[in-house]
Order: sequence, then structure tokens, then C-alpha cells
Amino acid sequence: MKELADLATSASHEAAPPPRDVRLRIYARMVEMRDFEKRAHDLFLQGLVKGTSHLGLGQEAIAAGFGAAMAPGDYTFATYRGHNHTLARGVAMAAVMAELMGRAGGLMAGKGGSMHLTTVGKRMMGSYAIVGAHLTIANGAAWSAKLRGTKDVVVCFFGDGATNIGAFHEALNLAAVWSLPVVFCCENNRYMEYTPISHVTAVEHPAADRAAAYGLSPVLVDGNDADATYAVAVAAIARARAGEGPSLVEAETYRHGGHSRADPGKYRPEEELQAWLSRDPIPRYRQRLVESGVDASTLEEIELSSARAVDEATQEAMASPPPDLFVVERDVWADGGSSWRR
Amino acid sequence: MTYRDAVAHAIAQEMARDPSVVFIGEDVGAAGGVFKATVGLLDRFGPTRVVDTPISEQAIIGAAMGAAMTGLRPIAEIMFSDFFAVCWDIVANEIAKARYMTNGQLALPLVIRSANGGGARFGAQHSQSVENWAMAIPGLKVVAPSTARDVAGLLAAAVRDPDPVLFFEQKSLYPSRGEVPDGEVVDELGRAAVVRRGSDATVVALAAMVPRALEAASLLCADGVEVTVVDLRSLVPLDVTTVAASVAETGHLVTVEENPRLCGWGAELASIIAEEHLFDLDGPIVRVTTPHVPLPAADALEDAAMPSVERIVEGVRRSLA
Repeated sequence: MKELADLATSASHEAAPPPRDVRLRIYARMVEMRDFEKRAHDLFLQGLVKGTSHLGLGQEAIAAGFGAAMAPGDYTFATYRGHNHTLARGVAMAAVMAELMGRAGGLMAGKGGSMHLTTVGKRMMGSYAIVGAHLTIANGAAWSAKLRGTKDVVVCFFGDGATNIGAFHEALNLAAVWSLPVVFCCENNRYMEYTPISHVTAVEHPAADRAAAYGLSPVLVDGNDADATYAVAVAAIARARAGEGPSLVEAETYRHGGHSRADPGKYRPEEELQAWLSRDPIPRYRQRLVESGVDASTLEEIELSSARAVDEATQEAMASPPPDLFVVERDVWADGGSSWRR
Repeated sequence: MTYRDAVAHAIAQEMARDPSVVFIGEDVGAAGGVFKATVGLLDRFGPTRVVDTPISEQAIIGAAMGAAMTGLRPIAEIMFSDFFAVCWDIVANEIAKARYMTNGQLALPLVIRSANGGGARFGAQHSQSVENWAMAIPGLKVVAPSTARDVAGLLAAAVRDPDPVLFFEQKSLYPSRGEVPDGEVVDELGRAAVVRRGSDATVVALAAMVPRALEAASLLCADGVEVTVVDLRSLVPLDVTTVAASVAETGHLVTVEENPRLCGWGAELASIIAEEHLFDLDGPIVRVTTPHVPLPAADALEDAAMPSVERIVEGVRRSLA
């Protein structure tokens, strides 16, 4: 494990810190993600968000760090815990909120819901709710980019639980064999759903320890350090763009809440939770920015702006009407309809 | 041309006209396919567009999906349709639902070809007719040709279709021969073909059951019973119009399905005719199917399980009785 620890160290400390403007963008994005998710949680409690939802509270530094490192033409594939990754691509907050609330103004007019956020126009190619499946689909987009001769890169986020499903193995092997421009990013938040990943996995680091099986170098990074995730993302994306093939990154993190709406997360030891809360990526990054000479007023303006944006998005989403019912039978087929007979 | 050669013929036709068409699968390139249905494609189109994959059905179908949503028109092969069971998540949960869930944002113009059905004595895990698995999932088009001509025309249509198409080639038909016209052949999905006309009963069949239905029709003809045989060709879209028009003339409907009994496509067709055209019927709708069993391997057993010419004849007589 020493080698992995060294790599993590090198990622976070040897790379030069991101430029000030990038750091401020990352910070602003993380604050927006945090404010958005807290609001989503409040709206659940008020019964305005229905169904289930999987919040990314505590994991913002991964989506924000990678988001800042991606070019506009790069593709994102995310999971059902995908609100952060969607916001990271600059998708309008109000449309995401409206989708969570099942309104006509939602990203998918209410047909997808929290677990399937997609905005093709921003190259957010979908949030996928069957664990592991989208790793194989991300490969397809990367293969396509390669065949079409673009320099676009695919970034595919998934949880630690996905490393134990067959599609993970199939996808990593094919990506390596075809040398695809794809970056696989495992967000290891230590719990698959309720069960600790360490209880059900043969190796300590569920993604990084398996990299060798695909001829890849293990990359382990502190997922609560946005400078570190940014540095790792820049390197892996550059490698993919240069035609040097896929990367498998494991970002260690922790979700502040339970698995989903129904889960208070009581199975986690209190001291573990407190230890991770003390490593909250947002105050930690704020502190670093202050120490690097950023004015408190600049940060406060970012925070106020985020709070305003979430308020406005909430109001806009709440003002959006329920979807027209005719959409139930729309868009099964390319002709816009759902007819299966003639 | 054989049914098998028509597969490569159609793929080559589409790859030649559209550079976004690519083809992947297990042993499809250098080996030309385990059924030799894709011989010559690698030589002609090169290893960038014709790609051999590992035995990774999820990776194959996922790659096709991701490629289709980003500008390619992939054709993927699942060697035996039984293997859909190991990648059904990507097919049924991802591909079929993507356009709908995203409110029309994602388009998936892709084709998944597969060798389907019995008759080759391969046993229960390499002989299934799984076209009704596909038919049960909203968002998948389902095509199953019975002749070389239809392989050519329907496969071309499937590749050009903007929606995901599962294309079932009946493996016992691969050696069968038929005329394929020179030049470009492209059909329309969702059109059944009336392949024999008779006024006494309508027999609807699919893929390998079509030649059997035609043989049964010849035997019945010798006894003075004239049947219409409809080759359904596609299950989604389902050509109810052609079937209903024929039933209105004959008053009798018999379906011939290779699939096991429960929830076979004939059940859906029978329910539509019963619901919408009951008063056109002069006798019971009869379904001739494989019994609700896995397919056995031994030739005598497999032959006993699959709908035979004799059982089709008996089914028509039952409807007419």
C-alpha cells in the first residue's frame, strides 16, 4: 500500500496548485452543490421532492475538481448519486430542481427523476441507476470519440460498490484493450449502500488495487481535497486526450448523509462520521484559499451568490407546473411517439 | 444467396454507404463469425470498423450504446440469443429506456444481431427463441426474418432505423437459399408479408416457422383446405393490419410460434384479434407453440418439442372444426 500512499501524496502535493481563478471556480461550484443538496433535502422533508434521491453531500470535491479539469466537449457519465456531477457541467440548477420535483420544467420534463439527470447539450450523458452498467456505456462514447477523430475525453464516475459487479471488470478490460480515452473515477465513500465496502471486498482499495489487472497504474487520491482531485483529473484527462488510454482513479471520500432518502445512516460509527466531517471538503478548501491570500469578501460573495441562486432555482422550480400528461406516451421512439403496431 | 451470406451482404451494403456504421462482437472479424455469417467484412472494412471483442456481452452492448448516443451507428453481435441474459441489463434497462427517460434527448440508432432459435441440437442454453423477451420491453424494435431476401432488406432497414433494433437470425435457416435482388435492398420495418393466399384460414408465423407453415399449407391444400400464410417479419412494430385483414377474409387464425408457450407473441396477437375483430372469427384462435419447457438437445426430442408441420396442420384443423 505504500506505493498507493505515495501516489496520493504526489497527486496532492507535487502538482502545482491550480491557478487562483480555477480555485475560485471550484470553490463556487462546491458551495453551489452543497447548497443545492441541502435544499433538495429540505424539499424532501416538505414532501415537494418525491420518490428517492441520493445526495452527494460531502463528496463535492470530486465532481468539482473533475468538472474544472474537463473541456466543454468532454463527456460525463454519472450514477444515481449524480446531482453534483450534473451541476459540475454547468447545467441550470432550476431545471435540476424541477426534475427532482417532477415538474414540467425539469431537465427531462419529469420523465427521468433524480436518478437519471441528463443534459446532452452539456455533454452530461446521463445518470445511471443500475450499478456498474454505465462504465460499459462510457466506453462506447470514448470509442466513438476515438473513431470520429475528436479529442474528446469521457469521465465516468461510479461508487465503490460498482467495483464488485461484473460490468466493472468487462468495462475496464475493454477500455484497456482498446486504449480508450476514458477516465474511470471511483468515488469510494466506504459504504456500498449500508454495508461497508471493506466487508465485502477482497482488497483494501476496491478500485486502485485492481488497476494492475487491467495493466493500469493505481491512482489513489484524497477525494475531499479539491486541489488533489483537480490535479489527478488534469493528468488523467491529458493522458486520455493524448491517446495514451484509460485511467482508473480511486477518490476516497465520505457521504455526510445516508445512502438515500430512506436511510439515516445509523450503521456508521459516530467517531468515524465525526472524523470525516472534520475533513469536510468545503471548509477545508475555504481555509486553504484564505491562507493563499484570497479576500474573505470574495469568498463571502461566492457564498451569497450561491445561496441566492439556490433560492431562485427553488422558486423557479416551484413555479413550474406539473408535466402535461400526454408526455407519458411520448418519446419512446424517434418519431416522438410510442406506437408499437400498425 | 444463403441466409447466412445475406447477413454479411447487408452489413457490407450499409458499411459501404455510411461511414458511421461499425460492427463489433465476439469472433465476428478474423473468424467471420461462429456461423460464418460475417465472413469478409474485416478484410473489406478493416479492424477499425469491424472489431473482435472479448467474451464480454455487457461491454459489447454498452459500447454499442455509448457509440450510438455519440454519432455512430453500431451493429453489435450477441453470438447466441441465449446470451442476452448476461447483458439484459444494458439492453432492457439502459438502451430501451434512454430516449424516454431523457425526454427524447438521447438517440440510439443501433442494431443488435443474434443467432436465435432451435433446430441445431445445441441444447437448452444455445437454442432458445427469446424474441418475446425483447417484445416485452418498451423501447426495443424486434425483427426476425425468414428468408435471405428479408435478411438483406430488413437488416439494412434496421441499420438505418433511428431506434434500437434487436435482429433475430434463426440459426437453422443460415444454410437456406433464396433470391436476393441485385443492387440496394432496403425494406420497411413493421410490414408483414402474405406469402401464400388461401380463403379458409390465416396462419401467422415468424422466422423458421414460416417455411414450416408453408409446408403445412401445401399438405392442407392437397386435402382441399386453402390457407393464407402471413410472415410476420417483425414483432415491434407489429403489423396487426395485415393479420386482421386476412382474418376478416378467412375467419380463422392460427399462430405458429417457436417460443415456449407462455407470453409468446401469438398470445398478444390473439388477444388483439379477439378484442378488436371477434366477429370476424368463425372458430377458436389456435396457438401452435413449443411446450412450456426448455429445449432438449437430442434430435428426436428437439423435433418433438418444436412446432412441426403435422402440429400446424392439426392446429388449422382444430380451428376449422
